[in-house]
Amino acid sequence: MKAFAYVNATSEKDAVAALKFDGIALPLAGGQDLLARMKDYIDTPERVVNVKNALDRTAAPTSGGGWRIGASMKIVDLLEHADIGKMYPAIIAAATDIGTPQIRHQATVGGNLNQRPRCWYFRNEEFVCYKKGGSRCFAVNGENQYHAIFGNDGPSHIVHPSSLAVPFVAYGATFRVIGSKGEREVAAAEYFTMPTLQNVLKENVLDDDELLTHVMLPAPGNVKTGHYEVRYKASHDWPLAFTTVVLAMNGGIVQSGRVVLGAVAPVPWRSKPAEDALAGKPLNEATAAAAAEAAVSEAKPMSGNAYKVQIARTAVKRAILNAAGIKTV
Amino acid sequence: MSSSKDNLPDKPDRVSVSRRDFLKTAGVGSLATAVTAAGAAEAEAQAGPRVVGPGDVPVALTVNGKRVDLRIEPRVTLLDALRNRADLTGNKRVCDRGSCGACTMIVDGRTVYACSTLAIDVQGKQIRTVEGLASSGSLNAVQQAFCDVDALMCGFCTPGFIVAATALLERTPNPTSEQIRRGLDGNICRCGTFVRIMEATVAAAAKGVRRV
Repeated sequence: MKAFAYVNATSEKDAVAALKFDGIALPLAGGQDLLARMKDYIDTPERVVNVKNALDRTAAPTSGGGWRIGASMKIVDLLEHADIGKMYPAIIAAATDIGTPQIRHQATVGGNLNQRPRCWYFRNEEFVCYKKGGSRCFAVNGENQYHAIFGNDGPSHIVHPSSLAVPFVAYGATFRVIGSKGEREVAAAEYFTMPTLQNVLKENVLDDDELLTHVMLPAPGNVKTGHYEVRYKASHDWPLAFTTVVLAMNGGIVQSGRVVLGAVAPVPWRSKPAEDALAGKPLNEATAAAAAEAAVSEAKPMSGNAYKVQIARTAVKRAILNAAGIKTV
Repeated sequence: MSSSKDNLPDKPDRVSVSRRDFLKTAGVGSLATAVTAAGAAEAEAQAGPRVVGPGDVPVALTVNGKRVDLRIEPRVTLLDALRNRADLTGNKRVCDRGSCGACTMIVDGRTVYACSTLAIDVQGKQIRTVEGLASSGSLNAVQQAFCDVDALMCGFCTPGFIVAATALLERTPNPTSEQIRRGLDGNICRCGTFVRIMEATVAAAAKGVRRV
């Protein structure tokens, strides 16, 4: 790890001031991603700003009946939060198997959302890919079994690594962001960006001196939610594909819904075809199967990951069955 | 090999001192001094919140109930600080990437990967290492159980497992086997003696782990 200067920021204002810096300054929260990247020389900041003590680490109810989660809240505290679990079960389902106990004890909500891709080419300093200022994505002609099957127009073919991003998008969350130019709110669905040649160095809309401070969750209303992950390993790993569904119900009929897939695209992937297939239909096994089929109709797998299409199909179907209260394995 | 890597143009950030160059100049003793002086000058030039480092800074840790005063760079991890500077070598450095659990310590009652924690970040917190588990010469229930059921092969993962199991039993005194599996999920034994580790944890739970 390259030596760096360190700032222990204790307020949002101090954190933003410390991030505004001529060289490379990076925020450090739980450190479970950043420190590993620094050890591997993927990132070599001249300054590290500890934002753990600067950002909110609690969750509080909002006047609108929703909840507001501080970016510094640890995953374990999120898991142990009784009210969030009751109101937003998919968030807890997604948080349960993040990393390992040690990681959940340190990692934060903000860090989970802003962690960098887990692509093995990105994580290897020898591969200077688009995301490191290079001019190719090594996954295209390389080992791409864990890469994207949706949104594969390039230039980068990563899958977004955040488990929490998917339920946050599904629940229609908004992120509060602060920076040297003030604060702003960004819909979770618009926070994460599809790669283009202009923005490929990042996965979201944050500027270098900006910080995500809060996740604002609206009151869920009369919804049924489901979450399903397909994993290769039971722990210590990211899912191969997973899905959160949040369905607004009118009796037994789905009025409208959000179907969001994770680990299949460079962003949390909202499936319009699946949502259309659900609208106006009774919530049952046939509807779930049809929506899952619709979801994978847009899949464009790479040379080595066509197997993920079936996994994504299963994740969508079972997440919907889960919302319907039908038991799956 | 490292010097040829260092010459690649796309790695401007790599510390541009090869091991050979370092050995050549280390005798003069000027290199380390120069780096520290540059760091101090940079720190003073900054306005706003206090910037420390990149050279050595004072870091005070509370380890196993005792205060440990160190002068280390901000980049030093809790694991390296304790192993290399405080002679607490019980917890092991294996993967150094938060993937194996051999470095597991307890910080304010919860297990953490000490390799993925900066020492400077845990000042003022209660840090417990494997050395802090035994009291006045007698092993704690987990340590004793690991011996009794022979829950180790090469033993390199053992300190991390013992710390993780102790933390688990302090929080959940009567765990189900599922809770044990989940509680020890962040540790890996490459020899594969997981069955014995489960047995030892169950045995320790039966005896009860009392916080020393």
